[in-house]
Amino acid sequence: MREWADFSVENIAGGGTRVVLTGPLLVSTVGALDRELREWEGPADEIDLSDCSPVDTVGAWTVWRFVRDTGAKVIGASHEAESLIEAVKSSQSTAPIAPPHVPVFERVPEAVGHMVYHWRGGVFRLLNFFGAILISFYWLMRNPTRGHWNSFVRQVELVGVTSLGIIGLMSFLIGIVIAQQGAVQLEQFGAEIYTINLTGRLSLRELGILMTAIMVAGRSGSAFAAQIGTMKLTEEVDAMRTIGVSPIEALVIPRILASVLLLPLLGFYSALIAIFGGAVISALTLEIPLFTFLSRIQEVVPMHDLWVGLIKGPVFGLIVAMAGCYQGMQVEANAEEVGLRTTKAVVQAIFMVIVLDAFFAVFFTEVGWG
Amino acid sequence: MKAPHIPGLPPHQPKPLTHNEPRVLHKVEHRARLKEHELYQGEYPIVIEGLVNRFGTQVVHDNLSLKVRRGEILGVVGGSGSGKSVLMRSIIGLQMPAAGKILVFGRSIEDHHEESEIDIRSRWGVLFQGGALFSTLTVGENVEVPLREFYPEIEEELRHEIARYKVRLSGLPEEATSKFPSQLSGGMVKRAGLARALSLDPELLFLDEPTAGLDPIGAAAFDKLTRELTDILGLTVFLITHDLDTLHEICDRVAVIADRTIIAVGTIPELMASDHPWIQEYFNGPRGRAALASQELAKAMDSPEESLD
Repeated sequence: MREWADFSVENIAGGGTRVVLTGPLLVSTVGALDRELREWEGPADEIDLSDCSPVDTVGAWTVWRFVRDTGAKVIGASHEAESLIEAVKSSQSTAPIAPPHVPVFERVPEAVGHMVYHWRGGVFRLLNFFGAILISFYWLMRNPTRGHWNSFVRQVELVGVTSLGIIGLMSFLIGIVIAQQGAVQLEQFGAEIYTINLTGRLSLRELGILMTAIMVAGRSGSAFAAQIGTMKLTEEVDAMRTIGVSPIEALVIPRILASVLLLPLLGFYSALIAIFGGAVISALTLEIPLFTFLSRIQEVVPMHDLWVGLIKGPVFGLIVAMAGCYQGMQVEANAEEVGLRTTKAVVQAIFMVIVLDAFFAVFFTEVGWG
Repeated sequence: MKAPHIPGLPPHQPKPLTHNEPRVLHKVEHRARLKEHELYQGEYPIVIEGLVNRFGTQVVHDNLSLKVRRGEILGVVGGSGSGKSVLMRSIIGLQMPAAGKILVFGRSIEDHHEESEIDIRSRWGVLFQGGALFSTLTVGENVEVPLREFYPEIEEELRHEIARYKVRLSGLPEEATSKFPSQLSGGMVKRAGLARALSLDPELLFLDEPTAGLDPIGAAAFDKLTRELTDILGLTVFLITHDLDTLHEICDRVAVIADRTIIAVGTIPELMASDHPWIQEYFNGPRGRAALASQELAKAMDSPEESLD
């Protein structure tokens, strides 16, 4: 059983009231006593602590608060209790626990204002970043041996080779979904055979490269932001600068080159696997033999569908790498910011990729590659 | 309280001990049934016997034994990677030892306990190296977290009041109560961490490198605060440090970790008399000598008549 602190009231012989506290005055026992003492009304002249042991700061605070509010005198306190009361007395404050709550109609305009103001700075930083990249490219063209080619090869491995498995699996499943769902709809018109057109054209033109770009943004774009951001935090980037190595050349350019080079290749690979996935599900459920499906692809998919996919690849790669590296380079303060920037990099990359994809879709149809 | 601070007297004078280990341990265990409202009255709040810690094949501690006396500030020193923090993590139950026994307030952390007994975790406060404040809460709210957790019966008003005076008691200005950890300087984060560690009026306080990363003025102020709070609140302090000034200034005893075990425990003069090479190099090296000299100088200035002798 827990023993609670308690109190009783006595009349002093010469007149006046005395509050006698009993039991331990500790953080674990004072909860109930505090509630009752808070409701105390009227004067009290003395508070007797001679039956209280042990006492901690919370007990001392409770006594001190009572003394402060009623003007009672402490009697019978042990030496330790006195020094504790003295300590809490000199430490009392009226500071708020949390910052004042700003009403919503003030908070929202404030947040919007901050956001707009930061956009202005963001535009300048973005221009700065583009400029630095263009200059670095210029130097790289003039003097290719200065490039950080080891780093480039490493990034090719990380962005491209190690993602083959997951992109392959994803594309295979997407191919299955397109073919199967397409067939269900086309069946109503007796046009199941057009499943082949649907799968082939959609994979090569749109879904292959789009899904690959999204996957690379999630896989590599986030890694770029987190790696570079952490390097900024640990002052590695500053160390590079002092040694005379440009962080843009050493960190950003290899990542951008790797992404730009690899996204068309990965997109093409993804489209092929998606077509294969469609072929497999068609062979199993639609009774279109596998090789018939694949040879029909050659006949029904126009060459320009391939070009559409391949042209979009480097652009998407550029967007993903730029978003990752830019956000990474913006990390200033703490580890928390690395997480925020990484999220931002992925969201921005995917958003921009989809916006540009919509633009490309309209553009290529208009120029006759519909 | 357990270690009353009487002005004018040295704050803590531990008695010499007889080496009768099994009996002492038995006594400690016998007293283990602490109720929630009782303070620990045994002699050793922390008893470690034959502790072994391993990470894979790497042995960090091998047959390590240590006893911490009630009311003392025990400094723990050792080279980087010698397992000081692992020792602390073992005591507070964050690291399961491979073998050995750790008794805190006479009870093993792994023991299940009856409902009426205390939760050991409400009897200790821990200041982690980086402060480890909850970043989404203000300093005041950080201090309130343990109170909410262990003593829900405490009214909100009292809880706020406790948070306020604990913040001030830890040497922070009043305004810091409603600030978020990200708005504080390094020294203030440590003090805020200390305020949270002291939130439940613990009997045991663990400090992991409290003065690391502080400037000398901030570090000296923190040392002074630790000593004052230890004396006022009657704490037992387990203090991991690299700071020679801290050791000289506030520690009652110092334990030295080397060769995977505690090689010596004692006051600094006792340790300096030891001939273990690591201890010699640590306390009699250039930095050790400098810290000692400044400590002696400070003492001489405090009591000029003694220095004349």
